[in-house]
Amino acid sequence: MMKNFFSKLFDQKLRSRTISYLLVIIAFIILQLMSSTGSLSSLLKSLLVPVCCYTVAAIGLNLNVGFSGELNLGQAGFMSVGAFTGICVSGMLASMITNPVLRLIIAIIAGALIAALMGYIIGIPVLKLQGDYLAIVTLAFGQIIKSIITNMYLGFDENGLHVSFVENKVTLASGGKMLLQGPMGATGTQRIASFAIGIILILCALTIVYNLIYSKSGRAIMGCRDNRIAAESIGINVANTKMLAFIISASLAGAAGALYGLNYSTLVPNKFDFNTSILILVFVVLGGLGNMTGTIISTTVLMLLPELLRSLQDYRMLIYAIVLIVIMLVTNNAFLQAKAAKLRESLIKGKKGAKLS
Amino acid sequence: MSENNIDRSLILEVEDLGIDFGGLTAVNNLSLKVYNNEIVGLIGPNGAGKTTVFNMLTKVYQPSRGTIRLCGQDTAKMTTVEVNKAGIARTFQNIRLFQNLSVIDNVKAGMHNKITYSPADSIFRTRKYYDQEKQIEEKAHELLKIMGLDSLAEISAGSLPYGGQRRLEIARAMATDPKLLLLDEPAAGMNPQETEELMDMIRFVRDHFHIAILLIEHDMKLVMGICERITVINFGMMLASGTPEEIQSNPAVIKAYLGE
Ligand SMILES: Nc1ncnc2c1ncn2[C@@H]1O[C@H](COP(=O)(O)OP(=O)(O)OP(=O)(O)O)[C@@H](O)[C@H]1O
Ligand SMILES: [Mg+2]
Repeated sequence: MMKNFFSKLFDQKLRSRTISYLLVIIAFIILQLMSSTGSLSSLLKSLLVPVCCYTVAAIGLNLNVGFSGELNLGQAGFMSVGAFTGICVSGMLASMITNPVLRLIIAIIAGALIAALMGYIIGIPVLKLQGDYLAIVTLAFGQIIKSIITNMYLGFDENGLHVSFVENKVTLASGGKMLLQGPMGATGTQRIASFAIGIILILCALTIVYNLIYSKSGRAIMGCRDNRIAAESIGINVANTKMLAFIISASLAGAAGALYGLNYSTLVPNKFDFNTSILILVFVVLGGLGNMTGTIISTTVLMLLPELLRSLQDYRMLIYAIVLIVIMLVTNNAFLQAKAAKLRESLIKGKKGAKLS
Repeated sequence: MSENNIDRSLILEVEDLGIDFGGLTAVNNLSLKVYNNEIVGLIGPNGAGKTTVFNMLTKVYQPSRGTIRLCGQDTAKMTTVEVNKAGIARTFQNIRLFQNLSVIDNVKAGMHNKITYSPADSIFRTRKYYDQEKQIEEKAHELLKIMGLDSLAEISAGSLPYGGQRRLEIARAMATDPKLLLLDEPAAGMNPQETEELMDMIRFVRDHFHIAILLIEHDMKLVMGICERITVINFGMMLASGTPEEIQSNPAVIKAYLGE
């Protein structure tokens, strides 16, 4: 019984999952304690929700890049779609649903769904092709979404939604309000995001990705990545399989975006530009392709580090660069990984031996 | 076991099959029949077009001429995926495993279309998910046992020794529950003892699952040992067809193999 439990715990699939969950929960508890005792600086406090958001977007992107093997350079675009969808939905429902948590959850789901829909639409033509077309198209998508939202004026009153792409063409009945104002984006948003919801969102994202990976879909996703021709030879439809990974990735970015958008009273569309997409990609690559725990750590460290090092002034970027290199070495180095695997093996053997004797 | 009870229905019927790559005619005028419960060999010198035939049967290449019928059904309009669903599974001359998946997950991947639960079932871990995963776990172990890989189920496919990788490809192909199994040089890189074991396994697979097997192989001991009929091709053209004895004594075949 005990032995069974240990071997299960050390089963690779279960282990990586357990470590990810524990890491998130422990971090949450520690940060909550620190926050309640007032030992958390206001700067750090303000970063808690954004870190959660980028972690969720990065977990999604890792499914797309790490497991599915397709480069996606537009994850910020999907976050943007989710963010402004979430802000609009929350703004429209403000009078109807007064419970902020419920409204936040609805906004997150709406953001995820619209982002998934966008992913589906651009995925249809692209994922049938072989090669790095998805990278090009997602890159374009990110730019296009930014331009669209930068030029979009959206208002809401008792007659419903009013959209215009010309400044100030939206006239609203009394009591109506502007949701999007072109380059100024969304202003006067009710800040209903919370760290706890952020943590729950991370746990949900982890569950979705892990549950998917250790199933029929996951085997197909990784199979298509490892060998496309072999996958087809055993009856796996490559386009559909890649589509699934892409849509889930996009919807997680959408959910993350919604939470992000509802964490600030103002949000400009420029926030989600190409640099942001690359930043999320950096989190994923540094954390290790296919490594969820690594993604969580690298996102957190790389987002907090520049702020924590502010006091070091000139050395800040130097240390940042060194940390980047160290993370990359640790998570992506075959030699170090082999060492870690050996260590684990001897650990399991040790446990089993102890139980047998 | 009486001979009369064995199902000998026609599984594969190839007529006048041909393909051109630019100006090069790689295969031409090939006709071939494979019946159920039969092991047929496809042999020929290097570059004769054997692998190209497999690639046409599985629609990796679209044939330029001719027809392929599987159990009477024309495969002209089918894709690789549809051909597999219709009942053809294969292995590859240059091994194509899912390197980063475990040995057993490679086999489970082969059961993709046997599983009916949806991605939502996997995300929410429904009863259906657990039931079917349990079922395919058992089936996968059964296949691995047959191919002598059960003790290595959890290691990654890429770290299997060469012979093991070839046998895993057979297990993965069999996981799709095919009517016709295509083996492209299954014994390549194996030592005589491994080859001997492989021959037993191939025979066992045929007898146990009652399928037809078409195999390409350069190892004449294997070909003559397990094939009931053999087709020889040279420069993409059919050279001879017959029982192992007939092929071994065929002057045209001897000439093609020994050269002039
Ligand atoms: N995609 C392709 N494009 C152009 N020529 C090809 C292609 N595939 C195969 N050929 C040519 O077709 C001929 C037959 O090749 P094939 O791989 O079928 O030979 P084979 O009988 O399997 O040989 P071997 O025993 O060495 O595996 C060769 O001349 C090869 O160069
Ligand atoms: Mg060949």
